[in-house]
Amino acid sequence: MTLQHYLVISAILFTLGIFAVLTRRNAISILMGIELILNSCNLNFAAFSRFVTPPEDISGQIIAIFGIVLAAAEAAVFLAIILAIYREFGSIRPNEVDTLKG
Amino acid sequence: MQPLSNIDSLLHFSPEILLVIFAAAVIILDLVVKNRESVAVAHLALVGCLCTLAAVLFIHFSFGNEEPVALFLGMIQLDVFATFFKVLLLLATAATILFSLRSEELDAKLKGEYYALLLAITLGMFLMASSTNLLMIFIALETVSLTSYILAGFLTHSPRSSEAAFKYITYGAVASGTMLFGLSLLFGMAGTGDLTQIGGRLTELLASGEVSSLTVLIAITFVLAGVGYKIASVPFHMWSPDVYEGAPIPITAFLSVASKSAGFALFIRFFYTGFGSTGLMQFVDWPFMLAIVSALTMTVGNLAALPQQNVKRLLAYSSIAHGGYLLMGGVLLTSEGVGAILFYLLVYLFMNLGAFYVVVLVANEMGSETIDGYRGLGSRAPLVALAMVVFLASLTGLPPLAGFFGKWLLFTAVLEQGYYWLALVGLLNSVVSLYYYARIFKVMYFEDAEEETSHVSFSTGTFALLSTFVIPTIFIGFLNIFYTFSNISVSVLPMQ
Repeated sequence: MTLQHYLVISAILFTLGIFAVLTRRNAISILMGIELILNSCNLNFAAFSRFVTPPEDISGQIIAIFGIVLAAAEAAVFLAIILAIYREFGSIRPNEVDTLKG
Repeated sequence: MQPLSNIDSLLHFSPEILLVIFAAAVIILDLVVKNRESVAVAHLALVGCLCTLAAVLFIHFSFGNEEPVALFLGMIQLDVFATFFKVLLLLATAATILFSLRSEELDAKLKGEYYALLLAITLGMFLMASSTNLLMIFIALETVSLTSYILAGFLTHSPRSSEAAFKYITYGAVASGTMLFGLSLLFGMAGTGDLTQIGGRLTELLASGEVSSLTVLIAITFVLAGVGYKIASVPFHMWSPDVYEGAPIPITAFLSVASKSAGFALFIRFFYTGFGSTGLMQFVDWPFMLAIVSALTMTVGNLAALPQQNVKRLLAYSSIAHGGYLLMGGVLLTSEGVGAILFYLLVYLFMNLGAFYVVVLVANEMGSETIDGYRGLGSRAPLVALAMVVFLASLTGLPPLAGFFGKWLLFTAVLEQGYYWLALVGLLNSVVSLYYYARIFKVMYFEDAEEETSHVSFSTGTFALLSTFVIPTIFIGFLNIFYTFSNISVSVLPMQ
């Protein structure tokens, strides 16, 4: 496995994430798309840390770990907001949540 | 400049530590105080802001006013640029706390969390203004973003507020994810997360042909997604009208001023410290890209504001347009341009917060956020209407108000660098903006309220708070100290 393999996989993950956010009609699936995006970034950092930076420099891996923590925090807030949406609108489909426009 | 170690940095970091302590104290006090109507929590948060302000100034005058100091092994930088934004952000936070005290929208049961989150978001913004490392930049941005999603959805029984939070987090999470991807590419190319070294390394790699300029451009564009979403620039502005309309009014005011200022602090720090060298710009012409973004942002903001009926939404679009004006200063790569951004942000703080305070007052008294709620305000509450005229005229940029001087500085800086087309677009946009601001004047003074309502009276405290926004909006432009302050603040940035 070379650096290119990892970068291609992470690019695919990133694109799939964006695709999920744009096309999915359910808030939970959107959240999953966002997780894919964040994980593609973590993969990038870990791969760069392995192949690009000198072996004693592990800052890329540290960033990846922080990325995981922030993704978890974001998921928690997102789920809480989905819950609030469900209570107010009785649905978590984004196209039914549209009182604000103009 | 040798970075300080973690332990040595703590003293320089004391404003941020104070914010954390006060945020925790606010939560504890909220648990102790049984009376739900008590304002003790808000007052403690306000004291927290003042103590932090004192600490920021103390640190500035004892250490930070000459040489920039790198803290925590180069993670963040303490300099006069960061201090400028810290003062600005604390003023915005204090004003938001005062608005929240007077707003009747907020649920009394949740006050502790509310004020603790306000202090936490201020901490995140402090870090946004001072980060010099890719990891730190991302953590600071996420701290601010996650907290602002919660604050936007804080009205638990309002569908509009929940919807605002939902839209905010959907756009925001994608934008910050995209930004992290861009940061990972930059990290991979340069092999370091240190913003002060990235530019130099990338220039070497670009010159030797090891890295293609297209890759760098893609990475910068991805990072711009995150920054652009914070400052609500086109095409990442879509969230802002909905969020501004749905969120509680004090939070709308806070987001439109503080969040935007912190976004600009990050933007300036990122692009000028990281990518400001001429060598790099031969390969990647990011200023031109930003000039187009700036022109689009102000045009879209102003045109979309024209038909709006909800005043919060109108001010949201006006705030997008102001983001566009401010971005003009960012493409110039001169200290005049960045100094003009800083000065305009200071002016914008007072005039925009003031306008939102009037929106809070009108929402409290008339229960309306639409333009119709302002009918006859000129006769029912003459002083409040007059204050609104001052704020809106300043937002338009009419002399002799502070907004005029802010715009003057921006436009002269743009013209000096020969961006004539950009200045022309900005000028035309200012004319367009007069139309929708003038609609509010017209409704306030020349249309009568539908039902006969009597004169509305406000408390002395209200007028005192209102005048703390009116007076600076009128006089800042005439005082040299503010120009000096913003010009000194940019002196630490590397300029050509």
